[in-house]
Parts: sequence; C-alpha cells; structure tokens
Amino acid sequence: MLRYTIRRLIQLVGVVLVLSLLLFAWLRVLPGGPVSALLGDRSTPEKAAELTKQLGLDQPIYLQYFKFLGRALTGDFGVSTGVQPGDSALDIFIQRFPATLELSFFAIAIAIVIGVPLGYLAAKRRGSWFDNASVVGSLIGVAVPVFFLAFVLKGLASSALGLPSSGRQDAIDATRVTGFFTLDGMITGEWDATFNALVHLILPSIALATIPFAVIFRITRAAVLDVLDEDFVRTAESKGLTAPVIRRRHVLRNAMLPVVTTIGLQTGALLSGAVLTEKVFGFPGVGEALAIGFERRDYPVLLLLIIMATSVYVVVNLLVDLSYALIDPRIRTR
Amino acid sequence: MALLEVRDLSVVFQRRGEEPFIAVDGVSFDVEPGQTVGLVGESGCGKSVTSLAIMGLLPKRGAKITGTVKYDGTDLLKLSDREMRDRRGRDLGMVFQDPLSSLNPVVPIGLQVSEVLERHRGMPRKEAMIEAKDLLDKVGIPDPNRRLKEYPHQLSGGMRQRALIAIALACRPKLLIADEPTTALDVTIQAQILSLMKELVQDLGTALVMITHDLGVVAGLCDEVNVLYGGKVVEKAMRHKLFAEPRHPYTHGLLASIPRLDAEPGEKLTPIKGSVADNIPWSQGCAFAPRCPNALDVCVQVTPAEEDQLGRLLRCHNPVVPGTPAAEEVPV
Amino acid sequence: MALGVSKKEKIDDLAETAGVSLAASAWKRLKRSPVFLTGAVIIGIFILISLLSPWLAPHNPSDPMLIDQVIKARNEIPPAQPGHPLGGDLQGRDFLSRLLIGSQQTLIVGIGATVIGLTGGLILGTLAGAIGGWVDSAVMRIVDVMLSLPSLLLAFSIAAMFARPSQFTVILAVAIVQIPVFARLLRGSMLAQRHSDHVLAATALGVKKGAIVFRHMLPNSLGPVIVQSTLVLATAIIEAAALSFLGLGNPDDRIPEWGQMLGDVQKVFDTHPQLAAYPAICIIIVALGFTLMGETLREALDPKNRR
Repeated sequence: MLRYTIRRLIQLVGVVLVLSLLLFAWLRVLPGGPVSALLGDRSTPEKAAELTKQLGLDQPIYLQYFKFLGRALTGDFGVSTGVQPGDSALDIFIQRFPATLELSFFAIAIAIVIGVPLGYLAAKRRGSWFDNASVVGSLIGVAVPVFFLAFVLKGLASSALGLPSSGRQDAIDATRVTGFFTLDGMITGEWDATFNALVHLILPSIALATIPFAVIFRITRAAVLDVLDEDFVRTAESKGLTAPVIRRRHVLRNAMLPVVTTIGLQTGALLSGAVLTEKVFGFPGVGEALAIGFERRDYPVLLLLIIMATSVYVVVNLLVDLSYALIDPRIRTR
Repeated sequence: MALLEVRDLSVVFQRRGEEPFIAVDGVSFDVEPGQTVGLVGESGCGKSVTSLAIMGLLPKRGAKITGTVKYDGTDLLKLSDREMRDRRGRDLGMVFQDPLSSLNPVVPIGLQVSEVLERHRGMPRKEAMIEAKDLLDKVGIPDPNRRLKEYPHQLSGGMRQRALIAIALACRPKLLIADEPTTALDVTIQAQILSLMKELVQDLGTALVMITHDLGVVAGLCDEVNVLYGGKVVEKAMRHKLFAEPRHPYTHGLLASIPRLDAEPGEKLTPIKGSVADNIPWSQGCAFAPRCPNALDVCVQVTPAEEDQLGRLLRCHNPVVPGTPAAEEVPV
Repeated sequence: MALGVSKKEKIDDLAETAGVSLAASAWKRLKRSPVFLTGAVIIGIFILISLLSPWLAPHNPSDPMLIDQVIKARNEIPPAQPGHPLGGDLQGRDFLSRLLIGSQQTLIVGIGATVIGLTGGLILGTLAGAIGGWVDSAVMRIVDVMLSLPSLLLAFSIAAMFARPSQFTVILAVAIVQIPVFARLLRGSMLAQRHSDHVLAATALGVKKGAIVFRHMLPNSLGPVIVQSTLVLATAIIEAAALSFLGLGNPDDRIPEWGQMLGDVQKVFDTHPQLAAYPAICIIIVALGFTLMGETLREALDPKNRR
C-alpha cells in the first residue's frame, strides 16, 4: 500500500514536470510571446528587444526552462500581467485558492447529498415514472451549458429571493484567519460574517453542482441496478434479512465502489466548471483568475494555475484509488 | 401431513409488448419431513423458477404465480412480504449454484453467517459469531476462527459452497432447497459437498429439495424424483423405480445419455436429439414430441394427461416399454 | 425488485435461442425505446434544418438590415416585426435567420470535433492496442498526461494557444481533448480481444496481423466507439459555447454558430435575455438529443442488459 502510494506520488511529480515543460514550451511559441503580452499596444521594436533581454528570452529554450524551474522552486512563478497586474502569480493563487475550495466543497456536497439517494431510489423503482423523470432530468442537466445556467440563476433567483449574485462576501468588517470566510466567522464568533459568506455561496455552488450531480446520480443508479441483479443480493433475501440491512450491508456497500470513483473524478474536475461559474458570479477564486487569464492572456498566472489544477486533480485521483482499497477487500487483501 | 405441499404451481413471466412465457406449468409435488426430493431436468425446464417461487424470491413485477405452496399447512404464496421475510432463513434455507457470486464480496464470511442468527434468533453479534464459528466447523471448513474474518475471494470454491451451506442451515430450517449446488464446482469437490449435504440433512432431520440436471446427484441422494420438462412434471417416482425402469422417453433418454463405466467397448452414447428450442407449447400436444423417439401423431395433437401407474406418475401417450435397452445405435 | 432476474435471463436466452447477434437484438430494442426515438427525432430534425437552412432562412444572417433600429449606446435591439419574427440582434441582423444558419455551423463543430478526436484516438489506440510493447507504453504515457488535466480546462488551454482564434481552432481545441478518451477506449477493447477466442483462432489459422486488427478487432470495438462519438457530439457543442464565453471562440460572427451566439451576448444578458435564451435552448435540445441516443445505445449494446 505504502509502496503503491509512493510510486503514485513519484508519477505525480513526473506528470507535473512534463506538464510544466509542455506549458513552458507553449508559452514560448505563443502569439507574440510574453513580450508583446506585457507591452501590449505600447510595443516598439526597441522596447521589445530590451524586454526580451531583460526576461532572458534571448537564451536557448532549455536554459530558460531550467531557470524557470529554479525560480519556481523558490516560489517565483513570475508576475501577473492581466489578472492582477504586478502581483506575483503565487500570491494570486494563495489568495484565491481558499475561495475555490470553499465553493467546490459546497458544490460537491450538494451533488452527493442529492445525487446518491436519488440514484438509489431511481434504481429501486426502475422503470417507474420517478425513475424516468429523474434520468431525463439528469440528462438535461448535462446538456445545459454551465455558464448559461449560472446566468439564469443569477437573473431569476437573485431578484426573486434576494440572494446575492456576485462576490464572496459583502464589504463587512470581518476578521481574516484562514482565508475560508465561512470558517473565519465561526472561529472569531462573527456569525454574521459566516452567514453572509454562506449566502454568497448558494447560487454559485448550485450552478457548479449541476454536472457533478447529474453524473453522480447516474452512476449511483447504474451501480445500484448492477448490484440488485447480483446473486448475493438474492442470497441476502433468502436469509430473510430486513430491508434496511440488505440495503446498507449488501447493496450500498457494493454499489459505493464506482460511486466513490466518480465523486473523486468529479471533485478533481470541478475547477473546469468553476472557471465558468466564478466568472459569471464574479466570485474571486482560482476559476475567475483562470477565466480572466485566458481572456487577457496572462501567461505566468495561467501556467501556475494550470499546474496547480493538474496537481489537485492527480492527488484527488490518488486519494480515490487509496480509498478504493479501503472499501474493497478484494484489493486490500491481495 | 407433508412438510411442503406444492399444488398446481404455475409461473408466467409477462413483459410489456412480449408474449407471456410459461416457465412453470402446474407443478405439484410433496416433501415429507426429512425426505429428499429431486427436481430434475435440463436448463430452462422450470426447476429453478419453481424453487424461487417457493422461496418467494421471484420479482414482484413481471412474474405471475398461481397455485399453492403449503409449508406446515400455511400457504406461503398468500403471506405478506414481511411474514415471508420472517420465514426465509428460519423455516426455509436455500443454497445456490455459484458460490462465488452468491456471497457478498465486501462482507467478511463471519458476518454473512452471523447475520442470519442475529436476524432470526435475536442473538447479539458476539454470540452469533461464536455460533458462526461452530457452524463453519460443522460444515468442514478448517481453521474457522481465521475464516470468520476472511472474504469470499480468499476461500476456495468448495469452501465457499460449504460457507453457503452453513448460512442456509444456520437456523436449522426444516426445509432446505439446493439449486444445482455442485454444478460450479470441480468434480472431486462435488462429491465432498454432496456427502456433506447428505450427512447434514440426516443429522438435522432437514427435508431437502435437490434441484439438478445431473442424474448422478439424484442417484446418490434423493428418495423421490420429479422429472420436469417444459415446466411440467413428466414423470415422478421413487428413485429406485425411476432408475430401474424409466418410462417417459425423456427420462429414458436422460439416463441413456450418461456415460457408464460398465458399458461395452464400442457401445455408443445416445444423446437426446435437438434442444429445448424445438419444444411445442403444451397446449398443442406434448412439449417433448419434436425430440421424442417414440412420438406418435397423437403427441402433437393432444396434450398428454398425468396418469397414476402404481405409484408412478407419468405424462405420456406412448411410454417406453419396460426392458428397452438404454443404448441404441444412432446413425452419425 | 430485481431478484431472480438472472434466472429470467437464462430463460430469455433460451427463448431467444442462440444466434441472434448482439447488434440485431440491440437494434430490436432500440426501435421500441421511446427515449431513443425521441433523441433520433430531435437529431433528425436538427440535421434537416441545418442542411436546409440556406433556403429556410428568410434573410442574410450577416446583413445588418435593421441597423437603423439599434441604439448602440443603450444596447437596444430591434424588436419583433413583420418579416423579422424574432427581431434583430445587437448588430441589427435578423435573429431568426441567424438561428437557422447557426444550426449548420453547430453541426459542423460537432461533427468536426468528433471526426478529428476519433481519428486521433483511432491511430493512437490502434497502435497501442495492436502493437503493444514500448509503443503501448509510450502512447499511454501521452494519454495519461492529457487525461491528468480536467478535460474542459485542457480545451481552454489549447484554445488559448492560437493567435488568431477561428472556427477551426475551436473545433481543434474541443477535438484534441477527446483523442485520449477514444484512444483509451480502443486500446482497452483491443487488449481485451487480443486474448479472446476468435482472435486466437484467426491467429492460429495464420491470418496476417494487419488483417486481424482491421477485420476482426476493429469492427468488434465499433459499439463503444459509436456510443462515445454520439456523446462527444453533444459535449463538443456545449464546450464550443464555453470557449466563446471565455473569449476563446471564433471572433468572426458573420456566419453564426449557436455556442458563439450564446457566449458573445454575456454582456447584455440582463437587458436582452432572449438573445441568449434562443441559442441556449437550441443547444440544450440538440445536446439532449445526442445524449439520449448515446445513452440508450450504450445500454442497448451492453451485453449485461440483454433483456
């Protein structure tokens, strides 16, 4: 188990290195490259040449890459050119990451809390109108472009329910401790700050939850259907066990395996949706930074954030594999 | 009074937009306390569906069950879902064909045995585990203390089937139904499992319904044999009578297609020609007629009735004459 | 209650008798499935409209004929009027005509992305699955790196690589993301078949390796590939909209595409929601159509579901 974990972590380092190399190369072949991105309209040949030299771009690319790696190890990923011009890319990440974590947590929690029970019920009532309606509903959920749904929620719910539709918290006087606004309020006892942050999370997390919800629902349904067909469920019935015991011990414990994988994959992939959702709601997280970064071609920020997103994705996948071994004795005792 | 009285049991599968499929067609048989009764036939003859109907394990939707299944005088088919749940595992136990897929892969063996005891005998977990250990010991699983904590994939095929038998017999039911319990096992293990079952039902006085396609199993185990074809009992007799003098051409054919060690060299095996797919519906005659060497014109016109012939029930227009040799030359 | 179903399946197999191929029985069930038929009808209508749109569209989609009614400063758009049932857009172009013509470009984006993704995946997957060895390892490393990025984020990153975004770069960005998915699918299916009886039998009979791959292994992988393609058609259309929304889409809007129409109007969503709603609804319906077909196909082709 430990050896497996270590091997996977080494693999992760490899993936990040390869990816950083690819991204770095990508950065260098980009339209105009960072020089014109930095200078923009004010670019003149002289200025460009000066900046090229200043940034070391006249050196061979492999040297540039090693220099970049060296700087990266000290936390220097360059300076933002578009998202928050002048700020260091790492600072932007550190400052924004808690917001996205908070949003992702609520989104995936909504998706699990609704998706898993609904999937179980739909499977149990296979072919009923409830089953058909929820399956079609989940398919529609996947077909709706996330940012459009976010706009609709913003337009309808915020005016009808008076929910805030932008930002992370109103400009209230709140003490910052961890960077997680909901937690900070609880720690300092500023409950109004926690409440205010929570209210701001409602609409974005619903928008972000739709796709993971739809996917988790469908996987749960399919997994439960598969398990219900298994011989051991019939054995459990032949023992006369009560319905709750059969559900918990025999059906759900087996159906959980693919569901856990899906939850992991969806959690890791949440950032894709966050790019769109955070942009619509002006939610100051990593996703918004990526959206602005793409729009304004802020390469240092993009480079760092994409590497971070990948690391998170790979680590979450590793955690899923490890948790798999915890749930499935066939892997654990091999 | 018989322990189990099955009368006119029929199971019809009906699915939307499809022809109804009659899986079991008016089957009747009795099981006396402590007796072993065989249900024999090819796959698709309705023997497994019969057992699931008795256990109340057929899907609620799509399967129409008629007739009566009296256990100790109560009609099981009339019981509510809850009442049936109380009886399953306590009064009726069942052993299935594939021991690997019939055991929950993510629950330790010990818990899979003890949960029956917790459910029906109200034992606390600790006590149930001790009893489970004794049960595993009794069914011949070595080192039961270790096995309690192990998972099905860590056991051999034979041991898994032993564990399933332990589960089925945990509450000492008066009736045990075994659906092809040895089919998925190696030949050497098959004999062990069969002798274990024989021993246990004798010790506990349990009645056994043995469902099999293997006449060898029947010969070693059953007191009475029901031969099923196309959902109907075509011949029913005590074991010795049936083996000594099979009268239904299907029974005769089944016996003739068993390879025998005492056969003369060069003697050919006589398989039954065709497959279940050639069947005609019982309403139009005898389902076996298209495959039957004895078939007459009447066989495809009139449904044969069940006749009682000196303690043997037979459903045939033109039974095999006693003394017909089992092996017949078939042109290849 | 699905108990006892395995027994029922046995009966079914007997009732159906051997010899009915999986594809035939899948088709038999699809024809009866209302869900599949709904999807098929949606897609049929969609393809018909996109083919006929040059004749259906009442006006030129890039002609700002109503420009005199547009008030730029206040973002006002021409209302519905005789000859222009849906009014005009921010540039004074007939909105209905743009929606109709938009279906064509949307279809092109979907099909283009699927074809490129499938071709790339086919080459990589067949190489890996059929040759094995170091080719397999090398291909799978590439695939793994590509899959270690959330797919939409990868599409965004690829789209951002191009200096001058166009319809083609949008298609490419969406397609490249699908290559590792198809490659994995094909490799898995090929590996499973390499040791299957029919391939072993063909090898034993001395059939050439190439012939085995193309005549025996590839056709047998067709089912999952068709399912995945159908689903990619849906994702491609949705992702193209997301690219436009992030400003990574095709800036040239003379010949419209639904995703582009939807992504481009984000600034006026509050004042003119209909400009977003119409293309959004079109996208949702078409994506749903492809998804319904894909999911029912997947279910029908799954041997587990032969009932």
